[in-house]
Amino acid sequence: MEWRRKHVLGLADFSTEEMEFVVDTARSMEEVLTRDIKKVPALRGKTVINLFFESSTRTRTSFEIAGKRLSADVVNFSSAASSVSKGETLLDTAKNIDAMKPSIIVLRHPASGAAHFLSRHVSCSVINAGDGSNEHPTQGLLDLYAILKVKKKVKGLKISIIGDILHSRVVRSNLHSLGRMGANLYLCGPSTLVPKEMSRGGVTVTNDIREAVRDADVVMMLRIQLERQKTAYFPSLREYSRKYGLNTEVFSLAKKDAVIMHPGPINRGVELSDELADSSQSIILNQVETGVAIRMALLYLLAGGYGASH
Amino acid sequence: MLLIKGGRVIDPESGRDETGSIVIADGKVKDFLPGGDAPRKFDGRVIEAGGKWVLPGLIDMHVHLRDPGYEWKEDIRSGTAAAAAGGFSSLVCMANTSPVNDHPEVTRYIREKAASQGTANVFPVAAVTRGMEGKEMTDFAELHEAGAIAFSDDGMPVRSSLVLRRALEYARAFDFLILEHAEDHELSEGGAANEGWTAHRLGIPGVPAAAEEIAIARDILLARQTEGRIHIQHISTKMGVDLLRMAKRAGLRVTGETAPHYFTLTDAAIEGYNTNAKMNPPLRGEEDRMAILEGIGDGTIDAIASDHAPHDEYTKRCEFVAASSGIIGLETALPLSMALLAGGKVSPARFVDLLSAGPARILGLKEKGSLRAGADADVTIVDPEAEWEFRESDVRSKSRNSPFFGWKMRGRAVAVLCRGRITHSLLKGVDPDA
Repeated sequence: MEWRRKHVLGLADFSTEEMEFVVDTARSMEEVLTRDIKKVPALRGKTVINLFFESSTRTRTSFEIAGKRLSADVVNFSSAASSVSKGETLLDTAKNIDAMKPSIIVLRHPASGAAHFLSRHVSCSVINAGDGSNEHPTQGLLDLYAILKVKKKVKGLKISIIGDILHSRVVRSNLHSLGRMGANLYLCGPSTLVPKEMSRGGVTVTNDIREAVRDADVVMMLRIQLERQKTAYFPSLREYSRKYGLNTEVFSLAKKDAVIMHPGPINRGVELSDELADSSQSIILNQVETGVAIRMALLYLLAGGYGASH
Repeated sequence: MLLIKGGRVIDPESGRDETGSIVIADGKVKDFLPGGDAPRKFDGRVIEAGGKWVLPGLIDMHVHLRDPGYEWKEDIRSGTAAAAAGGFSSLVCMANTSPVNDHPEVTRYIREKAASQGTANVFPVAAVTRGMEGKEMTDFAELHEAGAIAFSDDGMPVRSSLVLRRALEYARAFDFLILEHAEDHELSEGGAANEGWTAHRLGIPGVPAAAEEIAIARDILLARQTEGRIHIQHISTKMGVDLLRMAKRAGLRVTGETAPHYFTLTDAAIEGYNTNAKMNPPLRGEEDRMAILEGIGDGTIDAIASDHAPHDEYTKRCEFVAASSGIIGLETALPLSMALLAGGKVSPARFVDLLSAGPARILGLKEKGSLRAGADADVTIVDPEAEWEFRESDVRSKSRNSPFFGWKMRGRAVAVLCRGRITHSLLKGVDPDA
């Protein structure tokens, strides 16, 4: 297929063909990662700016490594060291950075829609690395790829996502990637964190973790984001862990070959037991691996490497 | 002397809907001459109104003029110019200026600037509490003497039920009206759009309908308790309409308004993080929109007001959650409300009631909202067939925050008179008075 996209803002408007194409590209990128010298010159002379208004060591590092392995010049701009604290608007910050002529801005921002907004005001490409509670498209794609690696397909799999659905941008991207690829999706958590409106669009909403885990092929646990909770959505971490934490007893209800995923970072002993996090059925570290490959693929496609070599 | 000749005169307050002419002298309506034939010889100016609607001057009872304090968004001159262009001869301006209109000096400033520079009657609303802080009552009687027509902490509704109770009870002695922006701030905190499918999908924190409905219920119950008079501003939800209907059936002195955007748009308009579709209360769902239409149709809702809320471009050109709430409305309220006529549930007389006679009744403006002899010569002449496009370049307001640019409108104010003075005219040979 022909890649025409300038920005990756969310998976809401991605076709299934496009998602498959990104995964295919990631597969060929992964070959680079098996080499002794893990670097190709595809993006030599291109600049990628990681513009992060929220702290996120792993996503930023993943993008940074992806860019460096393609020989791009990667610059990190994080809010702690920026002029944002001096009251500069997102628009002014972005225009300043755009004036330095990068090829791609990778944006992480606490406001939903921030990447859409930015893309309308800069001349370079924009990759959304998480905007508020809206989307985290690279996570949606890397999850898709990680599942495809172990299950070969997504269609017909029972995939349950458990935790803080309300605030999760991972869920909103996975609704498009996994949902549109034909997974049988279950969203589970305490009723305060699973909006009932989410049941639209063929997704099953449940407040019972056993119903979610029973016969599941994939169980994806979400981090309970204590920092987002101004007023409590549940009584205590202890009660949360007892009702919505995944442990070996609950996980035994899943299919024999079920796998456990988590976008990280894990609160061990809260949403996921220590034992399961390190078990052979956990593919959490595989997600980190596919993350680098997916981000390499997108940087490559957006920076024109694709057009140049085809 | 001025003659508005041969138009369709629609004046529900005097039960009139017929072709005729209006004679105006000394800023007052002097006479009504039935039929298409006006005196052949008339000693004064003549406005030919054949094929037009001649209405009592429209009154927008919910406007933010931003003056004093935020004159770069709007001021009294630009705001009243927008009002005239939109067909309004009168407007009611809210107290959330800087300084807040909680002191007679601010009230007098607004009145005097409007009198010297304005092109509409401006009726200031004073704050219910000092600094709109929800704690101490303002000097109601003194503010009223200075020209305040009613009291409201619009934008920062009175949180304490006790303070509102006292205000309603105290106001009752003078028969003052309190206008309430109904919102439970604890429930709405952090929200930026209607809590529903669209907001959940876009990851925007929601404002539940209950945040409005709980406040409306409280306001109604306090009006009942105190026998005070309360008016619910910009109703946006189905249950809000139901509660108002119930209060009226119970015979309480409660009235309510809605704004054109609540019966024209739904929260689908925020798609793409459109900050010009962000307001407070937020645009709601289709079920709510239908209920608002029903409330307008059955008379539950007493008035349509624009909630004209000018904002400079940069406070809208940003992340959705960070954007200011509100849209300009003075120049679109008339055509958007005229669209109600096409549905058949709203008659031309009812339309006039919603935008003129109704607000005059609620606010106790005895000389307004009617074309009977002796009333103020506030007149809006409408071409009901005019088709036009709302364009950014035509806007008279200083601000441009509207979701309606590019909309094809039907119905337009072609002339407006304010106490006999022509403040707006698109008619050939009729120039506005300087």
